[in-house]
Amino acid sequence: MSLWLAILLGGLITYLTRLSFIALFGLRQIPAWLQRALRFVPTAVFSAIILPELLLQDGKLDFSQNYARLIAGLLAILVAWRTRSILLTLLVGMAALLLLQALF
Amino acid sequence: MQPPRSQEFWAGVRAELPLLIGVFPFGMIYGALALESGIPPGTTQAMSSIVFAGSSQFITTQLVELSAPGLVIIFTIAIVNLRHLLYSASVAPHLQRLSPAWKGLLAYLLTDEAYAVTITHYAQDDNLGNKHWFFLGSGLALWLTWQISTASGILLGAIIPPEWPLDFTLTLTFIALVVPQIKDRASLAAALAAGIAAVLAFSLPFKLGIFTAALLGILLGLLLERKP
Repeated sequence: MSLWLAILLGGLITYLTRLSFIALFGLRQIPAWLQRALRFVPTAVFSAIILPELLLQDGKLDFSQNYARLIAGLLAILVAWRTRSILLTLLVGMAALLLLQALF
Repeated sequence: MQPPRSQEFWAGVRAELPLLIGVFPFGMIYGALALESGIPPGTTQAMSSIVFAGSSQFITTQLVELSAPGLVIIFTIAIVNLRHLLYSASVAPHLQRLSPAWKGLLAYLLTDEAYAVTITHYAQDDNLGNKHWFFLGSGLALWLTWQISTASGILLGAIIPPEWPLDFTLTLTFIALVVPQIKDRASLAAALAAGIAAVLAFSLPFKLGIFTAALLGILLGLLLERKP
C-alpha cells in the first residue's frame, strides 16, 4: 500500500471520528446521563494530557531528573486557580521553567 | 442581543493565539522530521491538511522510518485520534442547530487546541447564538499556523532550537483553561483520576493511555456527582 493511500484513509478515519457525534446528535434526543458525563470531558482529557507532560521524562517516571517542569506546572496551576488568567499563567509558568532550567 | 459574527470570529482567533506559540515549533519539528524519515515534501505538507492532528503525524513519521506497512499506519492514526470522539460528543449539543455544511467544516477543525478554547467559551453561561463563529476563528487560526509551520519545517528545518522549551506553553495554556473549570468535588476527582491514570498508562501502545484515562476520569466524576 502506498503512503499516500495510508494518509488518505488515516485522514478519513480521523475526520469521521471528529464528525461522529456532531453528525449523530441532531438525529435523536441526548440521554440525560450522557449530557452529565460530557461536562467532565474537557477536565478529564486535558488533565490526562497535562500530568504526563509534568511528570514524565521521555515517557518514564525518572526520579533522578530535575523537576523543573513539575514545579513550574504546579506554580502555574496555583496562578490559574487564583487569577483565571491565561496570560499570567503562561508568563509565570514559562519564567519559572526557564529559571529552574538555568539553575540546575 | 448577539455579538456580531465578526466579533465572535476574532475573539476565537485571539483566544487561540497563546496556544499558537507552542504549536508553531511543534509543526516545524514535524516538517523537518518527516523529511528526515524520507517522506517527500509534498506528502509531508498534504498530511498536515489531510490528517491535521499533530501527535498522529509524528507517529506516522516514525512508522515510515521503520518501513511499517500501510495498514499499521492507518490503524495507529485511528487509535491515536480516538480522543476526538470525546471532543465530538462534547461540542455536539452546541452545534445541533447548525446546517450540515457548518457541522462538516467545524468537525474538520476539531483539534485539541481549538476544542480547548471553544468548549471554555461554550461553557460560559450566556445563551448567545453566534458561538460557532468563535469555533471557526480558533479552528482556522490553528489550521493556518499548522500549515505554515509545517512548510517552514520543510523549507528551513527546525530553526527554533529544540532545547527551547516552547512546547511547554501548550501545557500551560491547557492548565490555564482547565483549572478554572474545576469547581466541585466531582470535577476535581475527574481531573486527578484522569491525570494519574494517564501517567500510569503512558506506556500503553498508540497513546491509548490518554483516551482510557479520560474515560476513567469521566466515569469517576459521574459516580461522585450522583452521591453529593
